[in-house]
Amino acid sequence: MTARSFLVRGLLAGLLAGLVTFVVATVFGEPSLDAAITVEEAEAAHEHAGGEEAGHQHAGEGTEVSRTTQKTFGLGTATIAVGTVLGGVVALVAAALVGRLRGLTPGQSTGLVALVGFVAVALVPFLKYPATPPAVGGADTIGSRTGHYFLYVLVSVVAAAAAVALARRLGSRLRAVEAAALAVTAYLVVVVGVGHLLPAAGSLGDFPADTLWDFRRASLVTLATMWAVLGVALTALVGRLHEREARAAERRDLAASL
Amino acid sequence: MSQAVPAAPEAAVPTIPLGQIAPWAVFVGLVALTVLFFVSAGQGAVSFPAGDAVHEWVHDGRHLLGFPCH
Repeated sequence: MTARSFLVRGLLAGLLAGLVTFVVATVFGEPSLDAAITVEEAEAAHEHAGGEEAGHQHAGEGTEVSRTTQKTFGLGTATIAVGTVLGGVVALVAAALVGRLRGLTPGQSTGLVALVGFVAVALVPFLKYPATPPAVGGADTIGSRTGHYFLYVLVSVVAAAAAVALARRLGSRLRAVEAAALAVTAYLVVVVGVGHLLPAAGSLGDFPADTLWDFRRASLVTLATMWAVLGVALTALVGRLHEREARAAERRDLAASL
Repeated sequence: MSQAVPAAPEAAVPTIPLGQIAPWAVFVGLVALTVLFFVSAGQGAVSFPAGDAVHEWVHDGRHLLGFPCH
């Protein structure tokens, strides 16, 4: 196994994840996104009637991309590009950890990287700063909201990496389950503590709660799809690679012993 | 490129030298940051590059992948 063999498989698994995520986002996400844009346009029309400028540019004259293009090529570009680079990064992290987590096969350690990645990069930041549909949040706060979001992602990823390192160290003295439980606890203490210190997610105004719930659920399904397809595909590919190389090594040993 | 073949069953799983991964990691990391910037924050939280074509193009993905957007 080499860095290259992991990276090739990661890019392929990520491409597949991006394609599947595009389909899932279209089926589950687009209806609620359309509903949110309807709310947004109604608000904008209302504000216009009051002599006030529209809160957000998508409904205004600055629009350069049609909704149809946004829903198809635009959404596809985003999911496939993010899926592919995510696949590459996850594969290289998995390559660095293969054989370095005691008792785990290459397939198992790769699956663990994808699982930890989903929790640390997607799930935990989503719980603190959930995805917001169009019409929620203004241009005046986008800078600070984005800053807090990425700061929290960074804290979560660093804490997860530290937790894995902690589990590795404890693994030599404790049972694997105990080491894992302590590492998970340490991770949760950090992300809950830092999450408590960081500012709360922005106000939602009077955005309809049912549309918001549909959108956020769809967004979480979209993120989970990307990580699940990536994790399952990469785990399978790495597992097969390891088996093939192990069989080849066995045959070499047998041939050498004759 | 080839790994040592350990005799003990404990160490049956080969490792990949970190030095071999490092150049791939630097390059893929930079590409990943660039792609994530354009999908997540470009022409939104960070007004670069000018205009809003990229923002509009990835608009739905930016919302559904959970990034803060307008």
